[in-house]
Amino acid sequence: MVDSKNGKYIFEIKKFNIFYGDLIAVKNVILNIELNKITAIIGPSGCGKSTLLKALNRMNDLIITSRVEGQALFQGVDIYDKDTDVIELRRRVGMVFQKPNPFPISVYENVAYGPKIRGVKKKNQLDEIVENALVRADLWKEVKDKLHESGMSLSGGQMQRLCIARSLAQEPEVLLFDEPTSALDPISTANIENLLQELRKNITIVIVTHNMQQAARISNYTAFMYLGELVEFGDTDSIFVNPQNKLTEEYITGRFG
Amino acid sequence: MAIFDDELRALKERVLELGSMVETAISDSVRSLIERDNGLANEVIKKDHLINALEVRIDEECIRLIALRQPMARDLRFITTTMKVTTDLERMGDLAVNIAERVLELNEEPQLKPFVNIPKMAETTQSMVRDALDSFVTGCSRLPYEVIKRDDEVDDLTVNNFKELLSFMIRDPKIIPLAVKRTYIAKYLERIADHATNIAEMVIYMCKGKLIRHTTTEDL
Repeated sequence: MVDSKNGKYIFEIKKFNIFYGDLIAVKNVILNIELNKITAIIGPSGCGKSTLLKALNRMNDLIITSRVEGQALFQGVDIYDKDTDVIELRRRVGMVFQKPNPFPISVYENVAYGPKIRGVKKKNQLDEIVENALVRADLWKEVKDKLHESGMSLSGGQMQRLCIARSLAQEPEVLLFDEPTSALDPISTANIENLLQELRKNITIVIVTHNMQQAARISNYTAFMYLGELVEFGDTDSIFVNPQNKLTEEYITGRFG
Repeated sequence: MAIFDDELRALKERVLELGSMVETAISDSVRSLIERDNGLANEVIKKDHLINALEVRIDEECIRLIALRQPMARDLRFITTTMKVTTDLERMGDLAVNIAERVLELNEEPQLKPFVNIPKMAETTQSMVRDALDSFVTGCSRLPYEVIKRDDEVDDLTVNNFKELLSFMIRDPKIIPLAVKRTYIAKYLERIADHATNIAEMVIYMCKGKLIRHTTTEDL
């Protein structure tokens, strides 16, 4: 991990390319992501932002044709090193998707699932982990009396917070969010955004969003991608008030294309 | 975005309309002084409410655009600049009224002495207002920097005017009431020039995204 001028970089992405077969989806990206900050990645559909996000915990491995070039370091270690324990990487770098995807089991079991797989067996220890994760995900008060009902019975916003709780139970260092509120109403969105600000105190957050106001509201840093390339990266304030690149300016003022 | 672009264009046109009303108020107030024209002075005072009304209308439009369009980047800087420019223009209108009020008082007495400094000040100040507004319209050029530099000339003329009138007052205390009113008028012009400087500074912000207020002229 390298010290930045303000803090420490948890990810250092160096001349990074991602291919799907012959198609290059992410081109020569150089980007450092600071510890315990929120970094937003914005850009039009197909610009490579989700692909880049998924590379951070090797979700792209699930696509057979994908391959990478260059380096992406997490805590100073190459994510794509042949010795990387991918399961452990994904525990440390959790992910929450656009559509809430709780398992079709109880609220309790959703959250206890990861710790159980890791070998936590004692009931009181699991109870504690589940309660803790649900409290941190700001869901405890709403579900404490229905822990044994199906996770699928919750509202959309609650399901998304359940997915966050499920990730938190794994004690991650980073949470990746891919459009986490695009399927939610404004109140649930505000709840998630407030939650991200709270989580940010201990966890690094990287969020891909189409909602520019959301990036402006919650992130410390913003990266703008276009056609697989990182066009501009900087403090969110600077990007939204005084972007330096004409493409960024056109995109965020809605005059793109 | 076509609708938003039209709205921004319309907003700019409104600011120009306000600017031209204020320029007229300033030049009429100065002319009423030089020509001892009470009718013109009264006209400036009477028309001020139109400037005030347009200022409010522009502000309301800016607030509406911020709420509905959530402007970013250069749009955001344009709208925030417009809100500040409008405030400065409205204050200039008030100062033109102040000049006109002093003119009415001065015209109750015979003329003290021919004007020397005040016409020069008025000329520089009016050119600053015109160029500040032009730079707002045309955007990024050297013009706003020129406006800021000219403010020092007006400041110097204000000081000269005061010194000159002070020496008259010392020699002949009877003229103090009239001389003080003349120093007021110089002060009003000096403040109009300050507002023109504010506009120029905001135009630089609008272009470059950098606030240069409270920077010395040498550092620009």
